[in-house]
Order: sequence, then C-alpha cells, then structure tokens
Amino acid sequence: MSHRLATGGRLIDRARDVKFTFNGKHMTGFAGETLAASLLANGQTLLGRSFKYHRPRGVVASGAEEPNALVGLGKGDRYEPNQRVTTTEVFDGLSAETQNHWPSLEYDLLAVNSLVPQFLTAGFYYKTFLRPRAFWKHVYEPIIRKSAGLGKAPAHDARDPDRYEQLYAFCDVLVIGGGIAGLQAALSAAEAGARVALWEQTVHWGGRAPVDGVTIDGQDADAWVKATVAKLESMDNVHLRLRCMGAGVHDHGYVLGYERVSDHAPGTDAPRHRLWRMRAGQIVTATGAIERPLSFAGNDLPGVMLASAVRDYVVNYAVAPGQSVVVVTNNDDAYRTAIALRRAGVGVPAVVDARAEANGPLVAEARAAGITVLTGKGIRKVKGSKQVTSVEICRIDSKGTAFTEKFDCDAVAMSGGWSPVVHLWSHCGGKLLWDEANHFFRPDAARPPLGTDGAGFVTVCGSANGDMGAVLSSAHEAALAAARATGATGNATAPSADSAPDMAPMDAVWMMPRNAEYELRMKMWLDFQNDVKVADVQLAAREGYQSVEHTKRYTTLGMATDQGKLSNINGLAILSDALGQPIPATGTTTFRPPYTPISIGAIAGEATGSTFQPLRRSPIQDWHDSNGSDPEPVGQWRRPYTYLRAGEDRHASVNREVANARTNTGLLDASTLGKILVQGPDAGRFMDMFYTNMMSNLKPGKCRYGLMCNENGFLMDDGVVARLSDDAFLVHTTSGGADHVHGWMEDWLQCEWWDWKVHTVNLTEQFAQIAVVGPKARQLLERFGGMDVSADTLKFMEWSEGKLGGFDARVFRISFSGELSFEVAVPAGQGRAFWDKLLAEGADLGVMPYGTEALHILRAEKGFIMIGDETDGTVIPQDLNLNWAISKKKDDFLGKRGMEREAMIHPDRWKLVGLETLDGSVLPHGALAVTGGKTANKQAETEGRVTSTYYSATLKRGIAMGLVRYGPDRMGEVLEFAGTGDARIKVRIVDPVLYDKEGAKQNV
Amino acid sequence: MSELAQSALPGAAYEGFVTVAEAGLRGMITVRGDLAGLAGAVKDATGCAIPAQRRVEQAGAKAVAWMSPDELLILCDYADAPALTASLATALSGQFATVANVSDARAVFTVTGAQAGDALAKLCPVDFGAMTTGDIRRTRAAQVAAAIWVSGEGEMTLVCFRSVAQYMFDLLSRAAQPGSEPKLYA
Repeated sequence: MSHRLATGGRLIDRARDVKFTFNGKHMTGFAGETLAASLLANGQTLLGRSFKYHRPRGVVASGAEEPNALVGLGKGDRYEPNQRVTTTEVFDGLSAETQNHWPSLEYDLLAVNSLVPQFLTAGFYYKTFLRPRAFWKHVYEPIIRKSAGLGKAPAHDARDPDRYEQLYAFCDVLVIGGGIAGLQAALSAAEAGARVALWEQTVHWGGRAPVDGVTIDGQDADAWVKATVAKLESMDNVHLRLRCMGAGVHDHGYVLGYERVSDHAPGTDAPRHRLWRMRAGQIVTATGAIERPLSFAGNDLPGVMLASAVRDYVVNYAVAPGQSVVVVTNNDDAYRTAIALRRAGVGVPAVVDARAEANGPLVAEARAAGITVLTGKGIRKVKGSKQVTSVEICRIDSKGTAFTEKFDCDAVAMSGGWSPVVHLWSHCGGKLLWDEANHFFRPDAARPPLGTDGAGFVTVCGSANGDMGAVLSSAHEAALAAARATGATGNATAPSADSAPDMAPMDAVWMMPRNAEYELRMKMWLDFQNDVKVADVQLAAREGYQSVEHTKRYTTLGMATDQGKLSNINGLAILSDALGQPIPATGTTTFRPPYTPISIGAIAGEATGSTFQPLRRSPIQDWHDSNGSDPEPVGQWRRPYTYLRAGEDRHASVNREVANARTNTGLLDASTLGKILVQGPDAGRFMDMFYTNMMSNLKPGKCRYGLMCNENGFLMDDGVVARLSDDAFLVHTTSGGADHVHGWMEDWLQCEWWDWKVHTVNLTEQFAQIAVVGPKARQLLERFGGMDVSADTLKFMEWSEGKLGGFDARVFRISFSGELSFEVAVPAGQGRAFWDKLLAEGADLGVMPYGTEALHILRAEKGFIMIGDETDGTVIPQDLNLNWAISKKKDDFLGKRGMEREAMIHPDRWKLVGLETLDGSVLPHGALAVTGGKTANKQAETEGRVTSTYYSATLKRGIAMGLVRYGPDRMGEVLEFAGTGDARIKVRIVDPVLYDKEGAKQNV
Repeated sequence: MSELAQSALPGAAYEGFVTVAEAGLRGMITVRGDLAGLAGAVKDATGCAIPAQRRVEQAGAKAVAWMSPDELLILCDYADAPALTASLATALSGQFATVANVSDARAVFTVTGAQAGDALAKLCPVDFGAMTTGDIRRTRAAQVAAAIWVSGEGEMTLVCFRSVAQYMFDLLSRAAQPGSEPKLYA
C-alpha cells in the first residue's frame, strides 16, 4: 500500500497540515505537495475508472502527462471535471470526487465491460451498433452515454464566480520550461543582452535534476538551481513566472501561456487563471522529456507507475507507492528509482531489465546496494484486481506462456525510455526525426517552424531536444543563437560541464515479452485514458488502417484530455511493427495546441458580464433607460424600440408614438446614424463612384438621397448626403452600416484609388442627431430662436447651420416619415441638453419621443424602403423600383456592371409592391406567396415574399411591402400567402405608398 | 456652447491598484494631409512641430499626436476646439487637407499609478515596457479601438469613442482590481 515515509520530502512542509476531502472522506496532506502525493500518502491508490471498461485506475505519472488520475474538483459553481491530481496543488478545503463509475469507485457495476473486452475492441462504435437502425437512438446510445466518458459537465445553472484575465506581453527570447536547461537558457540569453521571459508550468524551478541527484559545477542540483534563479531574479531584462505553462506556439512568435494564478488559493482577490498572449522574437523550448510506459499485461493496474514518477513521489513528497516495488526497465535511468527507493527504505525485490546486459554506473550502484538485477527478462503479467499484488516474470524474447520468476509486490515502477516533449516545436510546423540510438523522435534542427523572414523562430534545448546528457551546453548554445537572432550582441558565459553519469544504451521494447501471445496482448494497455490496447492497434492495422491519423480516430489512441502524452510513441511503434515498416515511416499524429487543456474562462478573459461585448451608448441613452425604453439591438447599439408607459404593451405604445408623430411632434434619437465626412478635390468624383445616382452636381446647402451598392450591384446602404462645401460632403449611413461603409470607403481609397485626393473622417459620434417630426415640428424649433427654419428659407432637402437657441446646430430638412421633419445635429456633448430642451419647449405641442418600431411604421406607410428589410444582400435597386436613383449619365459607379448581368436584368425578378390583406390583418414576417403549384423538388412553388409588415396606426389595418414576381405589373391582383400550417391569407397587390402619395405633408 | 456640453461619464473614477478616471471634455481635432505640408499651419496653431511616428509633441495646453502617415490629432482645451478647427481650415485652404473637430466623438480616461502599464497590458496588445513619456499607440482595448499615450510619469491617457465610454470604464476598472496585479512592468 502506498504510504508516507517518515523522513525526507524536499518540497513538503511537515509542519503545515492541509485538510481536504476525497469522495467526501476527510484526508490530510502536507503543504507544498500535489493532490496526487497527498492521496498516495493516505493510501488511496484507486483514483478512477477507465473510459470504456471501467477498470480500476491509479496514478501513473507525476505531472502534466497523467492520463488516469482525473477528478472533479470543487463544488457547485466552482466544480470542474477532469482535473489531474498530479498537477493540482493541495490546499485546505479542497474537495475532489472521482469520475466514471456507477454506483461507486470501489464497486463499479459497469466494470462488467472489462470481462468481455472483445465487445469494445477497436472501432467498436462503428461495427457493433449498426443494426437494427432504430436501436442506436433508443438503446445503444443511452447505454454508451451512461458507461463511457470522463467527468460530468458542471450543472446547467452553475455560474463560475472566479475572475479570469489575459495579459499581452513582449520579449526577445521566451524560454519555456524552468528545469536546468530552461534556467541556463534564460541566463545565457539574458547575459547576451536579450529581453528574456522564462515560464515554468509547475510551482518549482529545476525540473527533474534535483530529484535525479545530478551534480552541476560541483554543487548539487538544488544549490545550482537556487543560485541560478537568484541570479536571474537580479537581472532587469529577465521576467520569471512559475505556474505558467507554454500552451501553444503560433505564427509570428505568438505564444499562449496559461498561468494558474490562484488555483491553489481559491477565493482570493487574484484572478484564477491568466492567459498570456506573448509576442516573442525567438522561442527556446526547454520542456524536458516524458517517460514512456512499457506494454506488458496488466500494466494499467493501480500501483503500476512510471519509474520517474515513483522517485518524484519518494524524493519530493516522501511518499512511497508501495511497501515493495519491482522496477522494470529497458534503460539505465530507471535504476535511479531503484536506488532512491532503497535509500528511502522501501523494498525493491528486483530490477527487471529487458536488456541482455546491464553494466552502466547506475546499474553498478544498484547492484552495490544489494538490489537484485534480472537481465534479458520482462514482466509477463501483473497480478491483482484493484491493486498490484505480484508480478510474473518471463524471458523478454519469449511468448510469455509461462513465468520464470514471480515476485510479491504492491507496486511496479516501469520505464520504457524517454520521449522529448516536442509539442511546442511542432505546433507551428517544426519537423521531427527519429533518433535510432535513443529510440525517440527529436526536433530536426534543419527544419524548424519558419517565421516571416523564412528563418526558424523556435529552438529546442536540453532533453526536449533529445540532448539527454549535455543539457547545459545544449541550452547555452540554443539560447545564445536565439538571442543573436533578436540582435543581442553581449557575451554569455558558457556553463561548466554537466556531470550526469554515463548511461549504457537503451534497448527498444515496444511489447513485453516481445513475442507475447494474444491473451497477453489484449491486456497490454497503450492508452490508459481511452482504453486502447496493443491488440486494438494490431487489429486496426489488420483491418487496413495505415495512416497514424486514421488509426488514432479508429482506435481512439491518443485522444481526449491527455492527447496521448504517454501512449503515442508506444502506439505508433506497435502500428509500425504491424505494418512492417520503420517507425519514422509511420510518423506521429499532429501536435496541436494547447499542450494541456486550458480553461474556457481564461480564453474568455474579460469578456463576461458588463464587458462581455461593447454596448454603444448614444449621448441620450441615460434618458432612454430611465423613460421606459424597451430596447432592441441595432449593431452594437441598443436603440429604444418603443418607450413603454405604465399599463401599455408594446403594440399600444408603438401605436401611440406613430399617431403622435402624425398629429403633434415626435422626437427620434437618430444619433446612431452614420455620419462620414468625405472631403478633398476629388470628393465629387469619389461620391459619384460610391453612389448609384449623381452626387457631384449637388449644390452646397442641399441634400440628396442616395443608394450605395457593392461591386455585385446589390444594395448595401442608403441615406441622405449633404453637400457641405465645394470639396466636402457629409454622408449619412444606416446605423448598423456606418463602420462598414467607412471601412469600405477607406478600402477603395487605400487599395484602388490611392491617387485620388479624398479624405474620409468618421464623424458618427461627433454629433447627437435628433429628428423632430410632425406637423408642429417647425413651431417647436422656432421657439429656440437663432435660426430661420421657415419653409421659404430652409426648403425641403436643404440644410443650414447656426446657433439654435444657443446650441451649435446643423439642421437638415429631410423626412423619413412623410411628415414635416427636421434632423438637428448638435455636438454629442450637447445632445442630452438639446433633447431635454426639446421636451421642455414642446410640452404643449404634444412632443413625444418615438422608437425604432414607430420609425419603421412611419416609413412603411410612405413606402420607403429599409436596408435589411427590403434588402438582404440579393436585392438590386431595380428590384425596389429605384431606377430613378440610378444614374444613366455616369460612366461608372460601384455595382454598375454587376447590375447589368443577365440574372439581374431578367424580367422574372421579384419586385417591390405594397401588400394589403383583404381582411385587414397583419401579415406574418417573411411570409411567402404560394402559387398552389409544386416545384421540381415537390415543394410549394412561391412567387413572392413579405419584406416589411406592420399594423398601421394611421390606416388602422395591416400594411406590408414585399417582393413579388412581375409585382408592379400585377396591381390589384389577389395573391395567397402561406400562414401557419395550411392557412392561406388573401392579399391584394397595391402601390407601396399608402400615405400622402403626393408628399404634401412633408412639404409645408 | 460648451456650458451645455457634458462628457460621456462625468466624474467616473475607480481606485484600484491604479486610478482610473474619466478626464472630462477635451478638445480634439483631426487633421489629415501630407504631414510635411501641414507643418507650418500646425506650428502656427499649436506651437508644436510635426511629431515623429508614434510620438506626441506638446506646447503648453496644446499637443499634437501622430496618428498615421497622413493624420494628426491636435489636443487642446475643449472650448478652444471650434475656433482652432476653423482657423486651421482657413490656413490650409487650397491644400489637400481635411480638418475636423472630433472632440465630442471621444471619451478620455487617465490611468495613473506606477502600474498603469500593467493594468493596460491586460487589454491592449502594446509593449508598455517600451513606451516612454510622449509615446502614443493606436491600438485596441479588448474589443474596441483606443489610442493611448504616456502623458506623464506614471500616467497614461486613453482615448476611445464616446459611445463605448461605459464599456471602457468597466474594462479599465476590472483591469485595475486590487489583487490582480500582474507585476509585469512594475
């Protein structure tokens, strides 16, 4: 049984107990350790159930690569599934629960899956559940959903109370990984003069070196690490960050870092996670290597762990995984574990070495310590049900039909060699090569990820580069090259020689024993998280899967939260063997960011609550908000749809506003309308290109309505243009179109007509603009004094500017309602005061604000089109009978050629008409006119659609506009529109202008 | 009629690990044209030379900020902006140049404190460590456009569109929350 050792533990503080719960059970650990260490110290080796077979699983690793020991952390709003206990720092009050079992961790009824593993072999989803068809939805899927999977999603009403943030940062050289290679790399780059950032994903500097007992420059690793960190901390050009993982390397030296600021101290003022958005000149990865498991039968039982993890727990946390630990290996490094265990007083019955001979210095040291070493042997099978109880040994070259020795033990430390962590190198296209001597993929320095200059921007050092021995010199050289590439010219001191012990060569062992029979192979786990075994990959190969990417999807090897950090190399070695090709011919699957999962909260950053998205506020918004505004989104504005009064519904409120504008005075906050200044000697020419109608001949002081199309001839925006002076126009756009139109203008000016002398300035927000609408509008403005707004002086479609009752006003006499109407622009800062003054001055004139719905109804009664209602990106001006606004005199304008295409001039196009229901009802939005016939696809044949439909408070019935085939030629004809279900609504085609056709009202 | 005028969030302020404050109405004038050709008129109007790329020139209450290869932003008292706009337009008439008063289109915030750069680095993809007094950047803060310059020792001035003033204030306040100091630059 795993347990706490009486002494030792370089990272724990025995004076500080930490209390936590595991499946509701109270446990105690020590400050400074991971949850994995605390659990093992409490004898808790069973930590979860596997994905498919519900096999008992325990902790395998000691870091980010852990596939098994995933728990749900926290409760309620703070619950988070699939958290690795190996990377969770234990804290007071921590609550963890295990996943994927029913009814309990100890007695999982679904473990029956494990008794018939043939049932869930590779591709079982694809093969097993095909027939009968109906069973998938009603029988198979519910069962699979219950039995498969990792953690539960948080409750649907849970709301994450923590804060997250992002941080933009910059450096010359970013070093990722704070082991001795990373520390040396940071030091060398900094000494050379580069601006350096160094990230370490754990809470400690130094990586494995202190655990492995390496000596550097005559000092032990701990002392070297401490001194080097102190030196780095004293340098102004170095920024150090712990708990910060390099998550992904992207183009242009853009690197995402995931800092777990306060996972270990929830509820403090600090944000929980911080997502670093680093722009680095050069990146040096010093991400180390991950030990590989060995594939022997029963290698997934709790108690079987990576050899390096075993010594991490012993040395760092004073935790032994068992009383008696068998070590199995194909290399010298694992002997460190045997030695560390023996030193800690833990029994080591034997080291089982697959190699024919084992004679390196570490092996000698182990033998000298009295440890039994068996060579040319492997584990035939691990025995036990929820925990290792013994191992059976056999000859490595045998089929494993019988064992040669048997050892009682409660844990196994395995080492299949090391795989450099090449993920970050690979994210942006760095290539790998197969190292024949060490049996791993390592970065191919000749084929790095390339920056814009065609040169590499990532360098790898230390064991991440496969430099298992000369770590420091590898780091120094990589960092110096990176620093030089960013222009640093200083000198950096070369490190003293590394003093790692010599290692004898390892021996590739992809399956143990090498000729294992099927019964053993189907119990050899490659991927612990996804329950993929040696037999599954071999089956996939037999079934024709050759690509490693296809095999991954078919077998699920290397999927889910750990992305195959332990399983990939072993899996593709088995696949290569089954395909009879060398490993590099098979290749790896693609390494994609992030390195380990990062929180959605960190990705969202500040975009929650009031800062979820920018809401644009008009200068008069506060008044709207406190006067019944029922808002609707218009772009990022929230314009009042209507101003509700007590006891009113929307419908009544809108009708009141419409009627008032037609009889008294309505006010509309039109500040959101786009206002773009177009100025320069070529402004007229530019305007003629932008609008379909002629604008260059507009006289200063006058206004003209115009249409804007895209190159395809489709109507894009419309509005009133005011000519300010000979060389200046003010373009009004729709509220939602302002930014787009401005960008579109700059696009043409900067990319196509770069030599035209035209400037544009977006003045949308400079002005508050208020439409004063209705028969008493002039009367109201005249009360302000200061400007002559009489019919003779300020005619329809003219503008003038001056002091209107002390306000700096530009008054446009334009109308989108059919009423006498002025749009008054004042500087935005004066907007609220002007609005208040209009309300006060107009009280006895029945002044009343109206919202966007009344605006729509007023314009629809007049037959005015609305961009976004009558247009949808497929409508040309001619469809809307706006031929009068298309100049025939101009050689060119944007959209001219587009609207001359055959489909655009075809007589069959649907055209704008007014629609009047025979019963006076309001047509449904988007309703289609049906002919009664069928199309070739047996769908109802249509001949028109509703584009705008309202209840007209003025006409006291439903009004609508729509596009109808040959519409204008069919005046008076009655069509049928489809209602809900089989309902048909009879509608007469009428003129779209339903109110004041001759325009007398606006012309007073 | 500036006595009628109000800034977007009058008096809004937040005390965090830096202080965020709405700065009230400021005069701002956009000038577009060939920068060399603008030099004389700009000098006469403000006393400032044409600023170098990403720099702000200051002379008394007026300043001129580089905005793009063909755009400047003149900063002045709010009340002076209309007259200054008119006089600049007159001085530049006959040239291909555009002058527009944009004072009301904007909201201005100051972020003060030794860690101003640390707060803003949460929102803006800008290397605040490389900025010194008089440097300006046109950038974005989270989802909206912004211009930021180092207006003094431990003081950054940020300009955004008026309509997003509340969003900007919320962003800055959140970024300045005590306990969330990233300790990147200070």
